[in-house]
Amino acid sequence: MGRLQEHPVVQFRRGKKVTIYFDGKPMEAYEGETVAAALYANGVRIFSRSFKYHRPRGFFCAIGKCSSCMMEVDGIPNVRTCKVYVRDGMQIRSQNSYPDVNNDILGVFDRLDFMFPHGFHYKKFIRPSFLRLFFVNSMRKFTGLGNFPKEEIKERGREETLECDIAIIGAGPAGLSSAIYAGELGADICLMDENPRVGGQLVKQTHRFFGSAEHGAGTRGIKIAENLEKKVREFDNVNISLNTGVFGIYDGTIGAVKDNTLIEIKPKKIIIATGAYERTLIFENNDLPGVYGAGGVQTLMNVYGVKPGDTGLIVGSGNVGLILTYQLLQAGVDVAGIVEAMPVIGGYFVHAAKVRRLGIPIYTSHTIKKAYGSKRVEGAQIVALDDKWQEVPGSERDISCDFICISVGLSPTHELLYQAGAEMRFVPELGGFVPVRNRYMETSREGVYVAGDAAGIEEASTAMIEGRIAGLDSAIKLGYGDKEAEEMRDKFVSDLEEMRRGPFGARILKGLEKVVV
Amino acid sequence: MPDYCKRGFLLTDEIAPRPSDERLKERKVAFIECPQEIPCNACVFSCKFDAVEMENINAPPRVIYENCTGCMKCIRVCPGLAIFMLEIKDGKGRITMPYEFLPVPEKGDTVSLLNRKGEIVGEGTVTWVLPPEKNEGTALVTVEMDKDLLFEVRAFRVR
Repeated sequence: MGRLQEHPVVQFRRGKKVTIYFDGKPMEAYEGETVAAALYANGVRIFSRSFKYHRPRGFFCAIGKCSSCMMEVDGIPNVRTCKVYVRDGMQIRSQNSYPDVNNDILGVFDRLDFMFPHGFHYKKFIRPSFLRLFFVNSMRKFTGLGNFPKEEIKERGREETLECDIAIIGAGPAGLSSAIYAGELGADICLMDENPRVGGQLVKQTHRFFGSAEHGAGTRGIKIAENLEKKVREFDNVNISLNTGVFGIYDGTIGAVKDNTLIEIKPKKIIIATGAYERTLIFENNDLPGVYGAGGVQTLMNVYGVKPGDTGLIVGSGNVGLILTYQLLQAGVDVAGIVEAMPVIGGYFVHAAKVRRLGIPIYTSHTIKKAYGSKRVEGAQIVALDDKWQEVPGSERDISCDFICISVGLSPTHELLYQAGAEMRFVPELGGFVPVRNRYMETSREGVYVAGDAAGIEEASTAMIEGRIAGLDSAIKLGYGDKEAEEMRDKFVSDLEEMRRGPFGARILKGLEKVVV
Repeated sequence: MPDYCKRGFLLTDEIAPRPSDERLKERKVAFIECPQEIPCNACVFSCKFDAVEMENINAPPRVIYENCTGCMKCIRVCPGLAIFMLEIKDGKGRITMPYEFLPVPEKGDTVSLLNRKGEIVGEGTVTWVLPPEKNEGTALVTVEMDKDLLFEVRAFRVR
């Protein structure tokens, strides 16, 4: 149905065919697919209903950073379906809707919004006082997401304590690079990632990477992920723990969960390489199913081989938006255009030229005004902006599309850094809150390092170099390596400086001035 | 910010100095359309003949046409798909372009030629194809066309 059978760059290796049940309806799925991807391939577009007004919500990020795909899976409520893999006979139910998520009669609340302003339960339905309890009990029936599991969970949780030299949180390009370089020096490493595979977001980057030839430029992201994984698995002193969610850092001790095991990790050094999450944009109907994060669409299409729709509109012409446009065309999906609020294209010219010569229009000084549709995107309206970023009246135009990709930038995943006690600063040039650190990526909290997008939004090529620096420096501080390792670390620092010297690096350098001490 | 950053394509007067007709008749030559300063030097390191020059990793590349042997190493690695091999053979123009779509054309196929804006400007015949599996997913396709289109055509569409 919605699955890609052939692709010019990626070979989709699908597992065994299985059957899953969505609200009792059997659907075809393949092992290795997430529930969200399988449902999408079967035409499901509404994944959940919003908390209060029961507005339909589709999937958005596809990597477990948002909450719009939560469903009940095998009796367990509020499971992010983009994070669990299908199993034969799996029972998936939509929640917070009656009778089902597609036709939720409570969706009427969206039309009655004037009756329920913020804080209405303090002011309305309180009189007469003898009926108040009845009102409260009735209102409670409409609140909350999901239902408690009907069966008691018998399985007992387990506890485990681990010690290591360096704990690395996140096995994307930065974390893997840290592990390889610190592992090479002989440090005992625990590399953790919440996903079932390493590589982070490299696994959906089907394009060839820019960068320095010494650091793998001209190689596809998916291939770089394979190479890094192969390399990291060569080390016996690197313990890779997947499906492991780190939830906190308490005074240098890391708390993590893997299946039903609570893990306490006591490392000597910590490298936080948690990456970033996608931003969204405010416009009318921006929560309609069909408005997706650009990265979410890449995951769906390039990792699971599921077609996101027939015609897309891309909002934002940074490298992510431009690359996604090209990737959509490769998958045989039409692109109606790219909308960019700035007067110039945000990403690299060569990326823009790639899609422009295939006839894709780029509307600079334009933004999206609204999405059309009631249960899914049926079109969009864009509008021109003047030099003061104000809408030009009368310049609205309708674009025919069935999905919209938001690629307006990323924000660093900073929560663990805060919790670890690192001093944080808001730096718009780097995408949001980032830690103060030295040139070797060590934060103000001694022994806590940062690398990759968590340190500031940049390219994967720079994330890998930052990872190496953090890995090398933390291992050196622990007494591993010799003079040669120090020289290597310093060379990577100057490589980074060299890469950032161009106009695209100027903004990054301006941001780094505020946090590198 | 130069105007091409607003348009997303280069105008004829913004492209690099062209190789001479004599040079184009001699053998294939790499022509790079990468005017912006971006941190990438894949082409420089791929070249075994010192035909691609770059002052630093952010500087735009420059091809020394005399040194270029037409070996096509650079076109295979360029992540921007910004390198084209140009040649004049038997009075006809030939462009070798990277191609990452399906279906991959076959030798002898007629294709629609697109300019930098995606407009159809003519038709050409495929004379050579390097299949994608031999180049990590990027096919190389040589298309024969009118000689005057050498500096205009930058993509094609399989019919």
